[in-house]
Amino acid sequence: MFACIFIPDFSVQTIIRFEPELRACPVAVLTGRPPLKKVMALNERARQTGVEVGATKSQLEAWENLVLRTRSESQETSAHAALLDCAQSFSPEVEDTSPGTVLLNLAGLETLLGPLPKIAHDLAQRVSQLGLEANLAVAANPDAALLAARGFSGVTLIPAGREAERLGDLPVEVLLESFSSDVEEGARWVETFDRWGIRKLRALAALPELPVSERLGQQGLRLQRLARGAASRNLRVLEPRLIFAESVELEYPIVLLEPLAFLLNRMLEQVCARLRQRALAVQELHLNLEFATTRPDGCASFARTLTQTFTRTLPLPTPMLDAKVFLKLLQLDLQAHPPGAPIAKIHLSADPARPRVLQSGLFQPIFPEPEKLELTLARITGIVGEGRVGSVELLDTHREGAFAVRHFAPAEPEVKHEVKPSGKRKKDMFVPENDRVCELEEEKPEENAKENAQEKMSAVIALRLFRPPLGATVTLREAKPVRMRCREREDIAGEIVWTAGPWRSSGDWSEQEGWSREEWDIAVPAKSSCQLPVPSCQSDKRERTMELILYRLVQDKLSGNWFVEGTYD
Amino acid sequence: MGRPFILSAKKTAELLAQVGAIPKLAAVVPASRLDMRPAPEMVSSGIPQLDSLTGGIARGCLTEICGTASSGRTSVLLFALARATQRGEVCALVDASDAFDPASAAAAGMEMSRLLWVRCGEKYPSRKHPSAALTGCEKTDDSYQGMPSGIPQVAENGFGFSRCGSTRWKNPEGQRWESQLGQMLKVTDLLLQSNGFGMIALDLGDVPVPSARRIPLASWFRFRRAVEHTPTALLVLEQQPIAGSCSSVLVKVSGVRSQVSGKKLAALSSQFSANRLAHTELLDQFEIRAELIRSRLERKPVQSAASFSSRAAWAG
Repeated sequence: MFACIFIPDFSVQTIIRFEPELRACPVAVLTGRPPLKKVMALNERARQTGVEVGATKSQLEAWENLVLRTRSESQETSAHAALLDCAQSFSPEVEDTSPGTVLLNLAGLETLLGPLPKIAHDLAQRVSQLGLEANLAVAANPDAALLAARGFSGVTLIPAGREAERLGDLPVEVLLESFSSDVEEGARWVETFDRWGIRKLRALAALPELPVSERLGQQGLRLQRLARGAASRNLRVLEPRLIFAESVELEYPIVLLEPLAFLLNRMLEQVCARLRQRALAVQELHLNLEFATTRPDGCASFARTLTQTFTRTLPLPTPMLDAKVFLKLLQLDLQAHPPGAPIAKIHLSADPARPRVLQSGLFQPIFPEPEKLELTLARITGIVGEGRVGSVELLDTHREGAFAVRHFAPAEPEVKHEVKPSGKRKKDMFVPENDRVCELEEEKPEENAKENAQEKMSAVIALRLFRPPLGATVTLREAKPVRMRCREREDIAGEIVWTAGPWRSSGDWSEQEGWSREEWDIAVPAKSSCQLPVPSCQSDKRERTMELILYRLVQDKLSGNWFVEGTYD
Repeated sequence: MGRPFILSAKKTAELLAQVGAIPKLAAVVPASRLDMRPAPEMVSSGIPQLDSLTGGIARGCLTEICGTASSGRTSVLLFALARATQRGEVCALVDASDAFDPASAAAAGMEMSRLLWVRCGEKYPSRKHPSAALTGCEKTDDSYQGMPSGIPQVAENGFGFSRCGSTRWKNPEGQRWESQLGQMLKVTDLLLQSNGFGMIALDLGDVPVPSARRIPLASWFRFRRAVEHTPTALLVLEQQPIAGSCSSVLVKVSGVRSQVSGKKLAALSSQFSANRLAHTELLDQFEIRAELIRSRLERKPVQSAASFSSRAAWAG
């Protein structure tokens, strides 16, 4: 059995797909260059008002409520691609018949997806989720299914052997619209059949074959076989292409971010729906905005060509499938990087990937949800600025302070399951910290445990950096700093009571950014404490009250300038 | 003097029933029926002496670590974060003064891929309202930050209101800190709302005390409420206590003495002279004294102070 999905008034429906509020309005789609724009497609409501295909734009001024839209080939391409995705999510054998028409082979799917009526209804429902109203027909051969889909609205099931009976009520025009590629030739066939008094397919099917062959030739015989629903052919199977993209061409350029967000929301929902049908997720989002070529004020004297396109790529650390998250990420990204010109066309595409599969463990440490984390990072970037949030990566160099800030994407902890023959608890499992320490001490020899504990439980002196380093004036005595004063901060100054150094280092001498420096570790009494070192003969009480601050003092050997780089804390 | 008002048992029951029927009081639970507050889960700070003093770092609570410069407070903070990342937890460091040294963190054993570092301090970026034009800056609104619903919006200066009463700093230095602290508060709000972090540390170590004290208490109450009943431990590093009663644990850290080349620095300071060779000196370790100033947890501390040392990265 074969199924056919046919979207009536495809050009109109592709527009209504992105503007659902037009569903209740009479809509006409125009094509051609102004002022010769003509109606090429209408929806049913527009037809009821008396509008006809081929009417010019000036003729349509009589209809006040009629909504006019220009044909958008990019939207039609997106809608058709969505239709193909939908069909391919049901069957591997899909034929791309024409824009808005798709045929698929349902043979063997009953065992997987249920009886044919259920498959047909599921298929129709899935298409309606794409924002398209489809006619769907199931028949024993592809051409009969195509005819039924074009002729009957809704879902139609034709049992095998009853094709001629069901298709007999259809007018001859449906047959010629479906299978005649040339419009003029189709009109000639209709005229011929009309002269013979044949208006329904039943009448055409009832004609004897030999006279039809004599008068109309092989083409006439083919049309008669199609009218009987007896034609048989194989599907031209489409190779599945994993391209998930949506495009919108705008009637008027968008200037504000808010309407752009509305459109992006619709496009993202469509892309996510298509990916969901294929059980895929998004690994990377690409947003391509095409600008209007002239300024929107329309003043020719000020018209000038602007940058044509604006592209933003949103890489995601893990595959996700949440349209709301994507929309918020794009909004935040566009707020940080505004396009800079009115937008005339939007193209959104997604790189598919297999969705993340996660099996949480009972003893696994808590972990932020990737979607939520990504959104949080984007918001924080909006607050503190680009490149000021992320994880640090130390660079492989001796240059001081060389690091890079990477996008924060922590790897989820893995729970290792090692079964030990001794029957003891698994060592590598995540256990509460206290238990873990105790266990380690139990299992290891005492000496090793002590050494490890001592090694692990020792904090490391940290350095607090001044960014940028503070310039300082240093007094030297016998090539050693004895007094320093920071030019930018008055509180960092005083006699140096202890010095260690210098520790000399240099590097990148062959490069343009070569460096050479001398580091000193110095101790300076805090401003709040005693100003001078306390003699040892004085009371211990006064000695304890003296607070020293340890600084790292650096001299740039290339420039000779002194800097206070940080505080040991 | 009024007479004692005595009700019969029947009238008391009727009165209680009437009070219970009042919609506003329906959710009020009598104090006698309140459940015991569960003890928070404690995690190790990585320093046994500090753990024995405080019982560890409490999840779902705000812990303050205060101390002056060179007191060893940053070493404690980095080591606690390092231990948390080694446990597989994801941690965040909100650096109000951009003073974090990645090399020190790496030496402390930090798993860098699990630490989110937020550097406050760059010029406050001008943000556009959603209805702002894509082409220009006709309509800007600094208060809009794309905050999720449920997060209280702070005003342009980041504070909303000042604890001291005055609203603006007059000197540029104060305004700079005001902007940075505003960023820090917003970022902390977002991090607490996003959940999933094992430890969130706020580094206010270089923020001048007057500026830090201008953070309204309402912010600390909000943080405390946000972190409550979550597995996140919120650590605040500062010069002086600023969170008031919002913090569950307050630890004061002070450097007792620093040891250089095996000798006490305080003793050496008096003997400093030109005769000593500076290149023979080496900063080996800090001796840190931690004092438990306040603990609102159930556990009664066995001692009020503890001493421990932090070694230099090059000391091995």
